Amino acid sequence: MTIVVTDNCRMCRFTECVSVCPVACFHADDDMVYIDNDVCIDCRACIPVCPVKAILAEEDLSEAQAHWVEVNAEKSRALPVIEEKQPQLPTAEARRAELGY
Amino acid sequence: MLDPPMASADVSNPLQVAIVGSGPGGFYAAEALLRRRPDARVDMFDRLPTPFGLVRGGVAPDHPKIKQVCLVYEKIARSPNFAFFGNVKIGRDLTIGELRSAYHVIILACGASADRRLGIAGEDLAGSHTATEFVGWYNGQPDYRDRVFDFSTDRAVIIGQGNVAGDVARILATPVDDLRRTDIAEHALAALEHSRIRDIYVIGRRGPGQIKFTPVELKELGQVRNCAAIVAAQDLELGSVCQAEIADQRSDEAKKNVDVLRGFAAAASCGKDGGGSSGRRIWFRFLETPLRIAGPGRVESVTLAKNRMEGPPFAQVAVATSQTLDLRCGLLFRSVGYKGVAISGVNFDERAGIIPNRKGRCMAGEEPIPGLYVTGWIKRGPSGVIGTNRADSVETVEAIVEDLGAMRPAPKAGAAGLRDALGAAGMRAVSYAEWQKIDVAERSRGQPRGKPREKFTAVAEMIGALDAVVTPAA
Repeated sequence: MTIVVTDNCRMCRFTECVSVCPVACFHADDDMVYIDNDVCIDCRACIPVCPVKAILAEEDLSEAQAHWVEVNAEKSRALPVIEEKQPQLPTAEARRAELGY
Repeated sequence: MLDPPMASADVSNPLQVAIVGSGPGGFYAAEALLRRRPDARVDMFDRLPTPFGLVRGGVAPDHPKIKQVCLVYEKIARSPNFAFFGNVKIGRDLTIGELRSAYHVIILACGASADRRLGIAGEDLAGSHTATEFVGWYNGQPDYRDRVFDFSTDRAVIIGQGNVAGDVARILATPVDDLRRTDIAEHALAALEHSRIRDIYVIGRRGPGQIKFTPVELKELGQVRNCAAIVAAQDLELGSVCQAEIADQRSDEAKKNVDVLRGFAAAASCGKDGGGSSGRRIWFRFLETPLRIAGPGRVESVTLAKNRMEGPPFAQVAVATSQTLDLRCGLLFRSVGYKGVAISGVNFDERAGIIPNRKGRCMAGEEPIPGLYVTGWIKRGPSGVIGTNRADSVETVEAIVEDLGAMRPAPKAGAAGLRDALGAAGMRAVSYAEWQKIDVAERSRGQPRGKPREKFTAVAEMIGALDAVVTPAA
C-alpha cells in the first residue's frame, strides 16, 4: 500500500508528519512534502496527525487525486529528505482556515 | 556539578549518556541526542541480548514491513559514538546509582512490560492469559517461550479492542500455513498447527464508535483467509451521541472504523461468511464488561455485564446495566493495556504505570531529578504507534539539551566506569557486533524453512550461538 501527500499540504508545512515518521521518508520542496514509498513502511502514523488531512492511503484517493502517487514518487526521488520538524510557513494558518480545518 | 560554559566540544570530556532500553523510544532518543549533541557518547542497555524492544518482541510476525524500521535503528547504531550493552538488566546487574556515577545523563526507555489486570474473580484460572504472554510467546520472546496455551478448545475470548487484541485475534484466526513463512517462533507454529479454535470473540466495554483499533488493523481482521469477521447489524445502529462523535472532524479514525465494521456486517448479511464450514469466525461484541471468569480448575465461561454509554460526546463512559450473560469459552486473553514496571531507585506512579515526568524530566514531587529522563511508554503510557516515540524522544532530548545549556559538566567515565560491574562473575554483556552475529545466525536458521529468521528463544541459546561463532573451526 502506498501512502501519499496531496494538495492540502501546499503552503502549510506543519510537518507533524515528519516528527512521527519512524523511518524519515519525507522529502520537501518550497511548496510541500512528499513521501518516498521505497522507504515508507506503511505504519500510517502520519495520516491522523496532519492538521490539514493532506496524507492519504492510495486506496482512499479520489480519481482526481490519483496522480499524487506518481508525484510523490518523482519528487521524493529528486528532493532532499527532511528528518526534523520544520517551522511552518507564514501562510500555514491561513491555508488551514481556507481548507476548513 | 557544572563547570563554566565551554564553547566547543571536548573529545576528552564527552557528554556521557546511558539509555536504558533498546526499543523505538531508546533508539529515537539516541538519534536525537547524537544529532543535537555531537559531543555525546551514547551507551544503550537492554536486559535481553537482542535490541529493538517491541519491534522484535511485539510486532506481529505477519507484519514484516513494519519491522523494516530496524534498518533505521541499525543506522543509528553504526554511529561511532554509540555502543550497545545487551543482556544487562538495570536494577539487577547494575543499579541506577552505578549508572548515575558513570553518566551525566540517563534516559529510561524501558517501556511498559506489565499488563493491566481486569481485577475480577477467575482472572488467574488456567486458560486465562494476558495478551502479552501470547504475543511474547509467538514472537519467541525469552520470558514467554515456555508458556502453554490450550488450543484444543473451540472458543477463545479476547477482552479489549485495541491493536494488540487485534493481533491476538488475527494470529488465532489465521490458517497456520499462512504463518509458516513469517518469523513466528517454531514452537508457536507447532502448537497452532493443532489449534481447534473456531470462534474468536473480541469484546469491548464501549461501542463500535470507541474501539481503539487503527482502521487498517481492523480491516485486516476481515481479510484473514477462511475466516469471517462478524458484526451484528443492530450493534451498528449508533445513538445520537455516538453519531455526533463520528461526525466530528477529529474522529477520522473512528469514522473509518465504523465504516469497516459496516463492511463486515454487509458481507455477512449477503451470505459471504468467508469462513465456510471449515473456517473460523471473529465475532465483534460491544458494550460488554467481564464480571467474572468461571470454571472448576480452568476457564469454562466468562460472565459479561451489558453496558450502556452515558455522557456527552467524547466524554462518554460505559456504565454497567443489571443485564448479564454467560459466554462459554476455553481460552481467554485480556488485552486491556500495558503498564510500566517500577525501577528500583526511581519514583514511580503505580496508578498510571509510568515514571512521573515533565516533558521527559523525571520528577521527585515538584522538583526535576538532575540528569534523569524518560521517553516512550514509561514516559507517557502505552499509546501511539512506533513513530509516536520519535516525537516523544525528540521532546525528551530537547529538555536535556535545554537543561545542559552551554554548561560543560565535569568528566564522567561512561562505560569505562562500569568495567568492574560488567566484568563480574556471571555477567555476559552482548555488544552490537555480537548482536549482529546473533542476527546472522537467526537468518541462516530461518532460510531452510523459508522464514526470514528463526529466532533464538532463550538467552542461553543466543550466547551459545556467539560462542559457536568465535570458536575457530577445527
